[in-house]
Amino acid sequence: MTKLSRGYDIKLLGKAKDSFLSAGQPTLYAMKPTDVQGIGPIPKLTVEIGSEVLAGDPVFFDKAHPGVQFCSPVSGEVVEIRRGERRSITEVVILSDNNIEYRKHDVPSLGSASREDLVKTMCDAGAWVLIKQRPFNVLADPEVVPRDIFVSCWDTAPLAADQNKVIEGREAAFQTGLDVLSRLTDGAVHLGVGPGSADVYTKAKGVQVHAFSGPHPAGNVGVQIHHIKPISKGDTVWTLGPQDVAIIGKLFTDGVYNPERVVAVTGDELKETGYWKTRIGASIAPAVQENTKHDNVRYISGNVLTGTRVEKDGFLGLYHDHISVVEEGNQMEMFGWLLPSYKRPSRSRTFLSWLRPNKEYHVNTNNHGDERAYVMTGQYDAVVPMDILPVYLIKSILYSDFEQMEGLGIYEVVEEDLALCEFVCTSKQPVQKILRSGLDLVRADG
Amino acid sequence: MKFIENQVHKIKPHFEKGGKLEKLYWGFEAFETFLFVSDRTANDGVHIKDGIDLKRTMFTVVVALIPALLFGMWNVGHQHYLAIGELTALSDGFLDKFIFGAIKVLPIVVVAYGVGLGIEFAIAMVRNHPVNEGFLVSGMLIPLLMPPTIPLWMVALATAFAVVLGKEAFGGTGMNILNVALLARVFIFFAYPTFISGDAVWVAGEAANFVDGFSGATPLGVAYLGGADALASAGVHDYSMWSMILGTIPGSIGETSVIAIGIGALILIVTGIGSWRVILSVLVGAFLTASVFSWAGISFFQGVSPFTHMIMGSMLFAAVFMATDPVTAAQTTQGKWIYGFLIGVFGMIIRALNPAYPEGWMLAILLMNVFAPTIDHFIVQSNIKRRVSRAAL
Repeated sequence: MTKLSRGYDIKLLGKAKDSFLSAGQPTLYAMKPTDVQGIGPIPKLTVEIGSEVLAGDPVFFDKAHPGVQFCSPVSGEVVEIRRGERRSITEVVILSDNNIEYRKHDVPSLGSASREDLVKTMCDAGAWVLIKQRPFNVLADPEVVPRDIFVSCWDTAPLAADQNKVIEGREAAFQTGLDVLSRLTDGAVHLGVGPGSADVYTKAKGVQVHAFSGPHPAGNVGVQIHHIKPISKGDTVWTLGPQDVAIIGKLFTDGVYNPERVVAVTGDELKETGYWKTRIGASIAPAVQENTKHDNVRYISGNVLTGTRVEKDGFLGLYHDHISVVEEGNQMEMFGWLLPSYKRPSRSRTFLSWLRPNKEYHVNTNNHGDERAYVMTGQYDAVVPMDILPVYLIKSILYSDFEQMEGLGIYEVVEEDLALCEFVCTSKQPVQKILRSGLDLVRADG
Repeated sequence: MKFIENQVHKIKPHFEKGGKLEKLYWGFEAFETFLFVSDRTANDGVHIKDGIDLKRTMFTVVVALIPALLFGMWNVGHQHYLAIGELTALSDGFLDKFIFGAIKVLPIVVVAYGVGLGIEFAIAMVRNHPVNEGFLVSGMLIPLLMPPTIPLWMVALATAFAVVLGKEAFGGTGMNILNVALLARVFIFFAYPTFISGDAVWVAGEAANFVDGFSGATPLGVAYLGGADALASAGVHDYSMWSMILGTIPGSIGETSVIAIGIGALILIVTGIGSWRVILSVLVGAFLTASVFSWAGISFFQGVSPFTHMIMGSMLFAAVFMATDPVTAAQTTQGKWIYGFLIGVFGMIIRALNPAYPEGWMLAILLMNVFAPTIDHFIVQSNIKRRVSRAAL
């Protein structure tokens, strides 16, 4: 058991109730190229407006990864292709026919199939895109054999979905998925589990199980990799979530791409929180519409630290199992820096709230101050349970020193691993954005 | 509240781009954000942010300095009345002493803040960036480092020197290499040494009116010349352990009271704003060095115990409020230990072995400010080396 002491659990109100929401299924779904790092902004579309698709039919692919299909989560009709800046494609919207018909695959049997067959099946069926590759957190390259594959089965992010709950009923598929993954690497498949992780994780077969405990980000796969077997220059590893493993498993048992997602719907602004069984790319509208206490809220696909802001009829991200709703903090507050008018979560002991560490808070999105040069020290170190000097890494990115970035461990981290730094930062520096620019710089360079 | 908010909104357009007072925007912004935390929301990363910001951080340090400031005001009065032989008991004339001290001290505070903030605002507006909060602390530290007799024009000159050359020339708060407040003091120390050292500067008032035998020398100065024996029999002065802890001795305005500084230290450590590692390692370094000198018998302070050394002079004030400045201190955790320890060692070496002047914290801290990036460099390199050697396995 690896006990991590550094980190911080942001205690928020609005935890998901341990029950399923009554919300129905949406009519609209979307595949978003913007969910995936490391692919071009204008992927090659294989459908056009009006095309009829089955669940699992390809919708687009990245020109640099021609075999890797992004597939429709439902059967229906392509109704809209939304574009952003410079004609980049942001969303391919599919109108579900509510009667999901699947594209069937002849899947090779696990025992006899070659690694190549397995990879090809996954790429073709749409399940490949669920695998992310480190360094850089990009779409996995089917041409490489990763050193190891890591799955974190424990999520410590604020209000995160209970990973035991989301896998219920798909235990067999999860194990099959692990069996497939262990064929893809020369190393091992490593599962990171936390206190209270279910048997499906702790007793999984054919993998190495590693127990962790501690505050967020102990559940982040990047932190777990660092403590299991860190990524050095030249290493490639893959990561994915437990539900993604189950989707891969289902592909090989049922012969269909069934991107089922159990999603935690959380936030103090919601009348009803809970879990919602839907599919990747679902419009979040059924879960949040007429479910918020007022309108001045922000909808986030993912958690409040790393999630993507979406509209109230926006879509669930490819890798997300969480919808967060928080109040917008777009109000001025008189002397708020001195005498705050409402309680707020803070790691700083200048607020008396540190005397009540278990109190849960209502939050909003106010920046609580303005961007400044770095003044305080030691804040980032206290929330990053890795042998990394976060401020020096961030500064090396700001002055574009490649050697320093490599030396200080840029290969070992992605945005989510340093997200807490951005939360606690007195100087309100955009840490994740800076880190992404560094990751992109190093990746482009070589 | 709403009324003020509306008024601010009303005048804001004048300061924005295209307005008549466009050039003064950042000055306006500083006042606006002082009154109101802005309605800006977290947009390009995390969606929620910690309640702490630089204003609150700096304000906490100012709060931690207030006990030393208030005690300093009273003590300036107390020393004055001691010197003229009236109200000599501690409990006598509390208000008289406090008011006398306030009249001496507040102008110094006002001048330091006025000059420093004036320069900060002007530079922010010229260079088109927000006014940084760093001077809120420097402006309070500068008066506390001064003797009560310091001429105001000197405070103004020193503050201007420190802010312009010590900070703004490097890019403002967060970018400076040397501690701004110490730079102000060191400026006066080298430019006008007679106004900031010697026996005559620590007690306010006309020396002609002082009672016979009153020298105004600090305990440190007395012990430097005569060792522990002189300290024990300092004429009209009471330089017992207890008065040094209480702080009823001559000295710079904020440095005398161990108790007032201790309260400040507690505030800084409990809130996590000041690094306990730095404070502790300065004290450890100083104590060990003083012990070695005392054991070897080579210091000017004959017979003065290391414990007495710990409560004399400006060491505690320096350890708590100057060495802990996060911008000029070492920034890595291990670096902080080394940085603090060496301040303690060098400070005590200068105090005990320097034949010219018996106090070394100002110079020790400035010296280590210069070396802090080097210390950090080695810590960073060791992190890099660990990573490289791991990859080579």
